Amino acid sequence: MENSKSLVARLNAVNEYEQQAIPGNKLKGWRSFLGTYAGEHTAGTEFVIGPLFVAHGASAIDLVTGLIIGNILAVLSWAFLTAKIAVKTRVTLYFLLEKIAGKKFTLIYNLVNAGLFCFLAGAMIAVAATAVGIPFDMTMPQLTDIYPNNVGWVTTVFVVGAVTTVIAMFGFDQVSKFAMVAAPWMIMVFIAAALAVLPRLGVTELGSFWSVAESTIWTGTPLEGQSKFGFWHILFFAWFCNMAMHIGMADLSLLRYAKKWQYGFSSATGVFLGHFIAWIASGILYSLFLIESEGSLTFAPGPIAYSAVGVAGAICVVIAGWTTANPTLYRAGLAIQSINPKWKTWKVTLFVGLFTTIAACFPALVMMLLEFVALYGLILMPVGAVIFIDVYLLEKIGLKSNYAESTGSSLNWSVALTWLITLSFCLLLNLVVGVEIFFLGLPGWFIAVLVYVVSSKIIQRK
Amino acid sequence: MKLLIKIISFLGLGLNIVPAILVFGTYMESDTCKLLMFIGTVMWFGTAPSWMNKKEPETVGE
Repeated sequence: MENSKSLVARLNAVNEYEQQAIPGNKLKGWRSFLGTYAGEHTAGTEFVIGPLFVAHGASAIDLVTGLIIGNILAVLSWAFLTAKIAVKTRVTLYFLLEKIAGKKFTLIYNLVNAGLFCFLAGAMIAVAATAVGIPFDMTMPQLTDIYPNNVGWVTTVFVVGAVTTVIAMFGFDQVSKFAMVAAPWMIMVFIAAALAVLPRLGVTELGSFWSVAESTIWTGTPLEGQSKFGFWHILFFAWFCNMAMHIGMADLSLLRYAKKWQYGFSSATGVFLGHFIAWIASGILYSLFLIESEGSLTFAPGPIAYSAVGVAGAICVVIAGWTTANPTLYRAGLAIQSINPKWKTWKVTLFVGLFTTIAACFPALVMMLLEFVALYGLILMPVGAVIFIDVYLLEKIGLKSNYAESTGSSLNWSVALTWLITLSFCLLLNLVVGVEIFFLGLPGWFIAVLVYVVSSKIIQRK
Repeated sequence: MKLLIKIISFLGLGLNIVPAILVFGTYMESDTCKLLMFIGTVMWFGTAPSWMNKKEPETVGE
């Protein structure tokens, strides 16, 4: 009873101001956003993305320049797109979307979002499992693995998945606090691990780092079976890996608490600590592993971090994976619960956790993380374009903004068509023209804008 | 007391980075670094939760 009471209280706390604009006295200062972004973007995914750049044969110069420019573009997107709208409207993405697109569309969007959250959480459970399996001498997954292929792996994933699910059912608030505590320590461990292995790579002074980086770490040659990544891949990946959050507007929920839109620039702490330093650090670790294992295709962040800095490294992989998986799982549960708010949160989270754990057994989820992250952003991007146009343009061209709310409609077909046509266009670009998934977000955004304006004109004239 | 706990936290955080710098400079063995980092980890997680995440005072909107 005590537990159920505190759970309800916690859920109420999470839902605070979801259906109204943030009152002035609840706004937060710079520090809060600097910390939140730094914490959110140094996570379990960083242990996978950095190494995958090495596996995809990124060269040192392409990596550094691509990451710097891509990360700057991401920060600008957060500030000029998300933060400006967040401060103007002061409501969550879901609340704004319901006014623009209607309840039915928001429900579908929530379900899609929940599915994507599940896969992301699954990848993080798998990452944590690679560290948990170290004492049991578990056979680690290979870079080319798609299906689960040993009992030890499946058992470990199920244990990690079960623990993560149970905690997500009862302890979201504590986990999110724990994640904030872990963030500065994780950044230290990332940097320390990279520094500690540099002598093994032949770097004994800072001056020799760049030559070793070019010749040994990021050689520009992809591993067997991996596609080649160049400057543009890195730039667009760094820009769009959080596309759902900035251009896709999911971070309206966070930035609506900002006193000024300029607080959007605080996302720089997240991208430059997590998506620059941590990716470079984890890439260095993986590169050393490749050299010392003579090109082994084993891909397991746990043993790699353990080899670099011992138990602290292994703990870091578990905590990084777990603190990413846990809130993600919880959010997926809440999104699914929106179908029927009468469903018990813990039951929904249990179901979501089971689905996620089964997905986590498939190593492909980790090995294809770059593609998945790009797909995640791409799928949610059209909704961000719709919100941008609805807030800034529709009224200026004589059309109604918040169309679903003003007409009492439960489904604004202009939004539904925008989503379908944009994603179909991106799919065609990929299948017919051969444009890789990492590059589809940019043309997709312009198509979404065009389709939404044209379809709004047609539908609103009826 | 709070200051002492904070000092222990930051010493723990320091133990997670300084030994690695010493390994990089070849002033310390890797195994010693691993042990010190583990001790630093225990120090950080043993103390930081007690002072981090304190609720930020509400501010008046502009």
